[in-house]
Amino acid sequence: MVTRQDLTQLSDYEWQIAQSFRGDMRGPVRVFSSNALLQDILGDKSLEQAVNASTLPGLVGDVVVMPDMHQGYGFPIGGVAATRFPDGVISPGAIGYDINCGVRLLASTIELEEALPHIDRLATLLDKYCPSGVGVKGVVHVNLPELDKLMRLGADWAFQNGYAKENDLIRTEENGRLEGADPTRVSPRAKTRGLEQIGSLGAGNHFVEVDVVDEVLDPKTAGVFGLRQGCLVVQIHCGSRGLGHQVCTDYVQGFQSAVQRYHIQLPDRELVCAPMDSPEGQAYLGAMRAAANFAFVNRQLLAFSARRAFEEIFAGRLKNRQLNQVYDICHNMGKIEMHMVNGKRIQVCVHRKGATRAFGPGTPGLPAEYLQTGQPVLVPGSMGTASWVLAGTKTSMDISWGSCCHGAGRTMSRAQSRHEIRGEELRRKLESRGIKIRAGSLSGLAEEAPTAYKDVNAVVEVVVAAGIARKVAHLRPLAVVKG
Amino acid sequence: MPFEELPHTADWCLRVWAPDLPTLFTEAARGMYSTAGIKLVETGRIQRTFFTTAPDAEGLLVGFLSELVFLLEKDHLAFDDIEVQVDVENAPPFRLSASLCDASVLTSGKAIKAVTYHNLNIHPVRQGLEVEIVFDV
Repeated sequence: MVTRQDLTQLSDYEWQIAQSFRGDMRGPVRVFSSNALLQDILGDKSLEQAVNASTLPGLVGDVVVMPDMHQGYGFPIGGVAATRFPDGVISPGAIGYDINCGVRLLASTIELEEALPHIDRLATLLDKYCPSGVGVKGVVHVNLPELDKLMRLGADWAFQNGYAKENDLIRTEENGRLEGADPTRVSPRAKTRGLEQIGSLGAGNHFVEVDVVDEVLDPKTAGVFGLRQGCLVVQIHCGSRGLGHQVCTDYVQGFQSAVQRYHIQLPDRELVCAPMDSPEGQAYLGAMRAAANFAFVNRQLLAFSARRAFEEIFAGRLKNRQLNQVYDICHNMGKIEMHMVNGKRIQVCVHRKGATRAFGPGTPGLPAEYLQTGQPVLVPGSMGTASWVLAGTKTSMDISWGSCCHGAGRTMSRAQSRHEIRGEELRRKLESRGIKIRAGSLSGLAEEAPTAYKDVNAVVEVVVAAGIARKVAHLRPLAVVKG
Repeated sequence: MPFEELPHTADWCLRVWAPDLPTLFTEAARGMYSTAGIKLVETGRIQRTFFTTAPDAEGLLVGFLSELVFLLEKDHLAFDDIEVQVDVENAPPFRLSASLCDASVLTSGKAIKAVTYHNLNIHPVRQGLEVEIVFDV
C-alpha cells in the first residue's frame, strides 16, 4: 500500500517513490500530479501497480505515471516503462488488451455558425456510418489473406485501397505502419475476431466526436496543425477491437510458462513477460505490431466514414468541407525508441499503457511539418467535457520517455456510475447543453458520465506545468457517438 | 447469487464463491454473463463440448471464461446450462472439460474484451472456494 508518506515531492507537480520503497523494485517511480489529483490517485491501487511495474527485468530509469492515472490490471493506466533493448523484457500486460487504442483528430474550415443547423443530422449520419455497439460488424469485409496483408501494411493498405489520403499517413504516428508486423504470429482466433470488425467503433469508452475549436492558445502551432478557432474538428477514439484483445489474451496466457522458463518472478501475473530477444518475445512483438497496424486501418476507415458523413451533409452547402488530418496517436503500445540515458543514446522498448507519445521539436520520426512545433498530443476529455490539443516538448524526452497523458482518467468505478447515474437523464442533460448524443446503450452511457472522470483541465495543467507538453487549442463538444 | 461485483475503477471485478472447483467455474460464467447484462432467447439448443489445459487452476479459469467471451463475441452465444469437470489432481498441465448447451443472446449490455490474470487466486474460504476476477471491458 502506497501512502502519502512514501512520496517525495520533487517539484510542484512531480513526486517520486524511491527504489528503496520495496526490495524488488528495479527503478524508482516518477509521478506527475498536483496535490489535489494525488488525493484521487491514492484512493485506488494505481501507485501500487506502478511499483509492481518497476520490477520488470531490464527496466531502465524511472517508471513514469501521468496525472490521469488510475488502477488497471497489473500495469496502471497512465503508465510508461522502458526496458533495455534487446535483452530486457517485453510485457503484453504493460501495453494492454486494446493494442494501439488511440485517437485521431481531423480538422476543417467549417465554421460553427454555418454548421450548427446540421449538427443533429450529422450526428445521425456519423452514427450510421461508424458502426458502434456490442457485437457490431465493420464496414469493410476481407478474406484471411487480405487480412494478413492489412496487418503487414497498416495504413498503407488503406491508402492502396482508396480509403486514405497521402497526408493521412504522413500525419499518423509511425506513418500508420509498424515495421516488423508478423501476421503469422497472430492466432486464427484473433483473426476470426477481427475479420468482421474492420472499420467499426465498438463499445465502451470509444467514440466519434464532433467538436468546435473553442480557443486557440498558440496560434502559430495551431496554424501548423491546421486548427482554426470557431471551426469544426472530429475526434475518433478506437483501437484494434477483438483482434488486439485476443492477441494480448493469447500472449498473456502463453507467457505464464515463459516466465518460469526464464526464471522471472513478478508480483502480478498480468505483468508476465519474456526477453525481447527470446523466441517468445519476438513472437509477441510481431503479433503486437500486426494488431497495431490493424488499429491504424480501423481508425483510417472510421475517418473515411466520418468524411462520408460530412460530405453528405455539407455538399452543395459549403465549398470547403474537407476533413484534414491533424494527427493520429497511439496510447497503448510498445515501441523501440532511442532515448538519452545517463548521457548516452540507447534503444529501449517504451511500454505506454494509457499514455501518449509526446515527441518534442527536432525529434526524428516526426513529420517534416511538425519538426519545429513538436507532435500534436491529443487529450480527449470525458464525454461532454472539453478536450485539448497539446504539443510535445523537449522536456518530455528528458523526464517522461517522450510521453504525456492520454485523457481525463477515471475516478469512479463503472458499477458506481451505473448505480448513481441514469443514462437517459444524462443524455437529456447533455442534449440540453447543446451536445447531440447517439449512444447504443444507456447503461454504457452512464458508465462514461463526466462525473466518473477526473477534470481534464486539471490533468492538462499538470503536464503543462511539468513542461512535458504545451497548450495549443481547447475543443468543445457538439456531438458524441458512442457504442 | 454466489457472485458479486466489486468496485474497480475502469474495469469489472467479480467475486465468486462456490463449494467446489467445478461449481466455482460455472458460477464465474454466470456472474460474467449477469454483469454483462446478457439475456438469452429460448431457441433450439445445441450441446457442445470444450476442452482446455493450463499449468494451474487459475489458468484453466481464464481459458474457460475466455472461450465463453470468444463465443459471445463471434457467434452471439451464451450458456445457462453448463457442466464443468476439472482435473487438478495429477501433475500439470491440468485439464478442464465443459459441456455446454448454447442459446442465442437476445440482448447484451456490455462487451467484454478479455479475462485477466490480475490478482487471480482461487483460495479456500469457509463456504468452499473463492476467487476475484477482473475483466477488461
